[in-house]
Amino acid sequence: MIREEIIQKVNAFLIEEFEIDEEQISPEANFKDDLGLESLDFVDIVVVIERDFGFKVKSEDMINIRKLSDLYDYIERQVKVTE
Amino acid sequence: MKRIVITGMGIYSTIGTNLEEVNNSLYNGISGIGIDPKRIEDGFRSPLTGIIKRPDLKSLLTRRMRIGLPEQGEYAYMATLEAINMACLDEDFRINNEVGILYGNDSSAVPVINAIDIVREKKDTTLVGSGSIFQSMNSTITMNLSVILKLRGINFTISGACASSSHAIGMAMILIEQGLQDIIICGGGQEVNAESMGSFDGLSAFSMRTDEPTKASRPFDRDRDGLVPSGGAATIIVESYESAIKRGAPILAELIGYGFSSNGDHISVPNVEGPTRSLERALKYAGISAADIDYVNAHATSTPIGDLNEAQALFNVFGSKTPVNSTKSMTGHEMWMGGASEIIYSILMMQNSYVAPTLNFENPDEYSSKLNISGKRTDKSIDVFLSNSFGFGGTNSTLIVRKFKK
Repeated sequence: MIREEIIQKVNAFLIEEFEIDEEQISPEANFKDDLGLESLDFVDIVVVIERDFGFKVKSEDMINIRKLSDLYDYIERQVKVTE
Repeated sequence: MKRIVITGMGIYSTIGTNLEEVNNSLYNGISGIGIDPKRIEDGFRSPLTGIIKRPDLKSLLTRRMRIGLPEQGEYAYMATLEAINMACLDEDFRINNEVGILYGNDSSAVPVINAIDIVREKKDTTLVGSGSIFQSMNSTITMNLSVILKLRGINFTISGACASSSHAIGMAMILIEQGLQDIIICGGGQEVNAESMGSFDGLSAFSMRTDEPTKASRPFDRDRDGLVPSGGAATIIVESYESAIKRGAPILAELIGYGFSSNGDHISVPNVEGPTRSLERALKYAGISAADIDYVNAHATSTPIGDLNEAQALFNVFGSKTPVNSTKSMTGHEMWMGGASEIIYSILMMQNSYVAPTLNFENPDEYSSKLNISGKRTDKSIDVFLSNSFGFGGTNSTLIVRKFKK
């Protein structure tokens, strides 16, 4: 899976399921300060990643994800390992 | 003694999703009962149930607020919105004053089942998602609504089987009377789904009259064969008279009596003595006699033994004159919600001077023949009414409400 595909999928679930405004989405957007997500929302992000990308996230891995680009990077690394 | 009044009410039910619709159904004897095809697929003895549509809350609440709400929580939100608007309890007031919440709820089956299905399949609890725990607990309605509505007063759920929300109102009366709270949002919510009703269906307690769903719930009728499960949510705002006057809130009615008792007997079969004590205690609390009651909203769920015993208790206390009806003939048995919804149904009748029909009351039995029950709507000026709620374990609750006079 190429990076563009990952970005597209992540942005799509943030817009559709987490009801984030499309204009707020940028690689530098901070989950907490810019997108208004909180720790409980990360529980649901873990669920969606398993569904859309087919791997299980360890909740401790989520601790270092602050910006949207961190999430793209993390998924890209994990997808490569799985592939 | 402090005076306690009702300053708002709201309803989301199988006979209407606001007060106006519900009053219309009560007045015209419109039933909310139908068939749930899923229960046929699932091998239920009876597929009969109250039919209700889930509200779409997307335009009203954020994702985070919606995600913890189970089905009955959605109904409770809708009912509470109608009630707080009527009572003029806007967010600014709620943030700056102590408004409490006491709600009746005694199950939340679907979220529990869904979570366990995921854990069993995936062997990973993190895949259950963040909303499940807040949907699963019995206190789901109070925990969600207190956050959504920014409530800062008393906050917990009362689980007392089918008397849950009646007891919630009674507890609110006591807290206000003690001067501990001024305003409490009270009510009851009841989920309507096959998952929560399978074990109850298995007890053979439900009506099997599937060929005529609207004729299945027939409280006090000789040919009744069981109850019809139903649900939704009902909210009333219980407030001290002083607070209502100070705020200029509309006063809909006055709560004057609460009675309770426990049968100390069988877990599912009601008796006569326990409910009688609850009735008598409520009358004593109100300082009135049975002759002062203009209308009784019976618990009567349409089960053979339950209605039989309640008819005897009502006859012992009220004799044959007082009009008695069961709104469950239209709604089915709203269980955790029933205590609160039946206060609202009765207030609507009081405001509009009628007693709703006990639908399908065609032939009385030995005991209901001694009571004043009608299958048709009757015009009636109501100043004081009494409402009964009884539940598994022999828990009984009785509330008395009077038309408000300064």
